[in-house]
Amino acid sequence: MSEDNQNTIGPIISIKDMNKFYDDFQALTDINLDVNVGERIVICGPSGSGKSTLIRCLNRLEAHQSGSVNVNGVELHQHMKNIDKVRSEVGMVFQHFNLFPHMTILENCTAGPMWVNNMPPSDAHEMAMSYLNRVKIPEQANKYPAQLSGGQQQRVAIARSLCMNPKVMLFDEPTSALDPEMVSEVLDTMTDLAESGMTMICVTHEMGFAKRVADRVIFMDEGKIIESNDPIAFFENPQSDRTKKFLSQVLVH
Amino acid sequence: MIQDTVTDEVLLRKPKFIAFLFSIILLCFFIIDPSQSIMGELLEPALGDPEKSGIYGHFITSFMLSALLVLNLLAISFIPRFRFQVIVVWVQLLILFLSFFYSFDLSFVFIRSKIWFMITQGIFTTLYVSAISIVIASFIAIIGAIAKMSSNGFAFAIASFYTSFFRGLPLLMQVYLIYLGLPQIGYVIDAVPAGIIALSLCYGAYMTEIFRAGIMSIDAGQWEGSRALGFKFSLIMRKIILPQSIPLIIPPTGNQFIAMLKDSSLVSVIGVWELMFLARTLGNKTFNHMEMLITAAMLYWMMTMVLELIQSRIERKYQKRQSR
Repeated sequence: MSEDNQNTIGPIISIKDMNKFYDDFQALTDINLDVNVGERIVICGPSGSGKSTLIRCLNRLEAHQSGSVNVNGVELHQHMKNIDKVRSEVGMVFQHFNLFPHMTILENCTAGPMWVNNMPPSDAHEMAMSYLNRVKIPEQANKYPAQLSGGQQQRVAIARSLCMNPKVMLFDEPTSALDPEMVSEVLDTMTDLAESGMTMICVTHEMGFAKRVADRVIFMDEGKIIESNDPIAFFENPQSDRTKKFLSQVLVH
Repeated sequence: MIQDTVTDEVLLRKPKFIAFLFSIILLCFFIIDPSQSIMGELLEPALGDPEKSGIYGHFITSFMLSALLVLNLLAISFIPRFRFQVIVVWVQLLILFLSFFYSFDLSFVFIRSKIWFMITQGIFTTLYVSAISIVIASFIAIIGAIAKMSSNGFAFAIASFYTSFFRGLPLLMQVYLIYLGLPQIGYVIDAVPAGIIALSLCYGAYMTEIFRAGIMSIDAGQWEGSRALGFKFSLIMRKIILPQSIPLIIPPTGNQFIAMLKDSSLVSVIGVWELMFLARTLGNKTFNHMEMLITAAMLYWMMTMVLELIQSRIERKYQKRQSR
């Protein structure tokens, strides 16, 4: 694999027989997954099932030990030279936002375009404001992250990722650290994003969001993909016992 | 420390405690025998010659001193405001110290004739040697901290050897080693640069740990968030991690600077004309050692007091920014 076949038609993310270990502990086992352009995937499963680890392997915040991970035509491995380029094209939203607390909201959003893509400050500024408009908090641009509510911070984090014009967006439990009344504003932003055609992979426990937005729901347990299906089939006719058990626990509430 | 909203009963209001305190103090005085002291002289009309008053005079003098001390404590405990209490105690301690120095029968004329030179030459040299050294030490510390956190075995080995070596040797020995050792390998060095190198290397080793702790205390999420945007290591360090760790690094660095100001006295042994050197040499000719030592001590103390004031200002400023 090389950069030559970038942008050719086919899956934008392709994982083949991937295994990941933390020392002796096998965190992910024989993962195979293709994600097509524009596809919206929700990954769910009990805690410790490896869902976060899986999406963190997609921009190599985590290393895999065997198999292959191919993102946007580039094979990820330990000695690759252009990981920064791959990462700049894969947006990631974290459970704890990970905004830069010493920078204003606007600076958080312009940093990536200016420092990585060498965009002129005025253009970066304009683009940041347009994305802040899109996540509906342009009036907070000159505040610092700590002055915003959790939901607002997470929307800023989404805007910050979008400023890099990513081809894929990864969401790592984006609503898990939020107060309940702020979950919906973040989910609405994500729904908007999905409707605009963005390729998205979301690790989340929000089953309502999965039903509404996902093209495919993946259930993981103990580091393996147990089940992968379209949301209607997944929720109404789960195949494996573990999926049934998980759904009965999650959907009761 | 967070004060409780309920205060305990003041100990000095309990007769039992006062009696206990009094007897302890009395015992202490009795052991050190104050009958030759000023109190003994004051009591001479009643007791006679302190040399001859025997155990009785010895006891009475101790008793009077203890009573005075306890009464003083009691009086202070009745001062209503915390602030005034602090001021009164400070003034009393200062007076005690000054009278201690005064008892040396110092020649103030001699001090006055030398103090200007001690300030212009001594304090000036002490300050600039320390200031240059702390700047160099900070640079060493950043590099050392990064090397110590690196996965590169070579970098880690060099950095850990460096910190182990320079934290393991007495600073005085490092000063000698650099001043006398470098000429052995053919590089003759002046006293001032040798002193600066020694101080920088020694404090750089200590500050490496301060910088490392500052950098480590930044949440891993900051690294991940930056990496996910495609930032490279040096960019993350410069723009994300260091700006956030500097508020954590500056207060302990200020402490190091104050400590260095005092440790810079060690470079006097190689003949740098800083405060300590002048204190030792100026009084030599006329045997006014005590005058110069006490003057230098006071100058050091004043310098550190000023610096501590500045330091606490800076600390407060950064605390405010943190809570933004």
